[in-house]
Amino acid sequence: MNSEPILSVRKLEKRYGNFIGCTDVSFDVWPGEVVAIVGESGSGKTTLLNCISTRMERSSGEIRYRMRDQRFPDLAELGEAELRFLMRTDWGFVHQNPADGLRMRVSAGANVGERLMAIGDRNYGDIRSRASDWLERVEIAASRIDDMPVSFSGGMRQRLQIARNLVTHPRLIFMDEPTGGLDVSVQARVLDLLRMLVSDLGLSVIIVTHDLGVARLLSQRMIVMKSGRIVEQGLTDRVMDDPSHPYTQLLVASILEN
Amino acid sequence: MRNPSLPAYNFAYLDEQTKRMIRRAILKAIAIPGYQVPFASREMPMPYGWGTGGVQVTASILGPDDVLKVIDQGADDTTNAVSIRAFFAKVANVATTTRTADATIIQTRHRIPETPLAHGQIIVYQVPIPEPLRFLEPRETETRVMHALEEYGLVHVKLYEDIAQHGHIATTYAYPVKVEGRYVMDPSPIPKFDNPKMHRSPALQLFGAGREKRIYALPPFTDVVSLDFEDHPFTVQRFEARCALCNAQEVYLDEVITDDRGGRMFVCSDTDYCETRRSKGSQVGGLPQHGAAKADWEAAE
Repeated sequence: MNSEPILSVRKLEKRYGNFIGCTDVSFDVWPGEVVAIVGESGSGKTTLLNCISTRMERSSGEIRYRMRDQRFPDLAELGEAELRFLMRTDWGFVHQNPADGLRMRVSAGANVGERLMAIGDRNYGDIRSRASDWLERVEIAASRIDDMPVSFSGGMRQRLQIARNLVTHPRLIFMDEPTGGLDVSVQARVLDLLRMLVSDLGLSVIIVTHDLGVARLLSQRMIVMKSGRIVEQGLTDRVMDDPSHPYTQLLVASILEN
Repeated sequence: MRNPSLPAYNFAYLDEQTKRMIRRAILKAIAIPGYQVPFASREMPMPYGWGTGGVQVTASILGPDDVLKVIDQGADDTTNAVSIRAFFAKVANVATTTRTADATIIQTRHRIPETPLAHGQIIVYQVPIPEPLRFLEPRETETRVMHALEEYGLVHVKLYEDIAQHGHIATTYAYPVKVEGRYVMDPSPIPKFDNPKMHRSPALQLFGAGREKRIYALPPFTDVVSLDFEDHPFTVQRFEARCALCNAQEVYLDEVITDDRGGRMFVCSDTDYCETRRSKGSQVGGLPQHGAAKADWEAAE
């Protein structure tokens, strides 16, 4: 593993007026690492994710990102053009509801190819063959390349959204409850696929979930949040097997046993 | 209080302050080719969709010595063209013509005349929806940022979708163009057949969208490139037939249904072009290449 973090968050705070979205959040993400942010509803997980991914403006604190050229600027220093370019090439964002991350009225192939066209790819045959490759990698039959996402099942849409994000070989992926709306068997398949892609591509991932099972399966490290603050962070296995904070103990104890 | 000797309305209908405001927008549009300049569009005595944007632009640039031509789908004698021409003949008392070459200002809906435009002429387009990204991105705030940052990948998503669904780029009108290598522009609903005529045209081209309150422009000799893919290059429509009246080819043709038994004919969409050719003696049956032309025509049938 590389010795320098790809993302570094320090003293991050987001306030909604007097109300605290999240505060005093500091952590690092290393290349190739999957970090899970867990906590109950309203604990500030999604606020944190949105702040880091610059989809929402932070109130204070520092977020530094390792660019491909090894610069390590605060994201606030980047211009809007550079930031948007980063978001559609070097980053990915997988939404809980695939309809938020997909264009539902254009075909699966165009959905996957959109990022390629956004960075200047102008060869139809090339875009199409890469889209078709990616559909197969996420286990969608290439014959469905011209079908609309509205005709896809929930699990397929989620896999399509993943393919759409990965086509530009990003280095950092944000996921907000990626398996939230799926039934258990479909969830297992999507998780399996995610785990495989993450290790194949060496992606860094920040995944928000309330499902400790998902966190255990995917992540190496875990951040537990409560009322907008980090109450505990550490290796996933350590946190799950030997939680030190009372709230984490409660969370771990509340997992349904099979 | 009103002086009875003054007319009830100003020359060319709009008051002088409004014209100045529109001219400022036009100047800004000319300075930034392809950029949509907002302007305070006025109510005009015609419904939206009938060319209120084009009429305001024309009214602002019209002078007493101008000669005005108005076309609708290439024709000088359709309702929209006749009423706008009559409107300016009445409120500005300007000379009107149907001859492309004689006009100093041509207001158009859906076509660019077949006769090449010349230096000194101004063509005014009526634009329903000025935003080329609108059907893919409904948020105005977002499309403005996309223009500002030159994020035009989405236009190609539309073209990709065309090829995926139809096997070729099936967009035939309002075909998106890139202006001077910078702004992507909607050329108004002209057929893509006319897109190449905009490229480096010696005439000044002005676009007015009344309902959407936008003006944009192409100064003379501006680069206008239709967007495409490397392996699916831009092409214009081709017609197998020739004009049934003047025998013209390589022009944009209208299909006219002549009876209810499937009878039809193709005629020039540009009525002035067709009439000019016929008055010079080019007509079906009057040309030496008649035989070949007729064979083409029958083959097309």
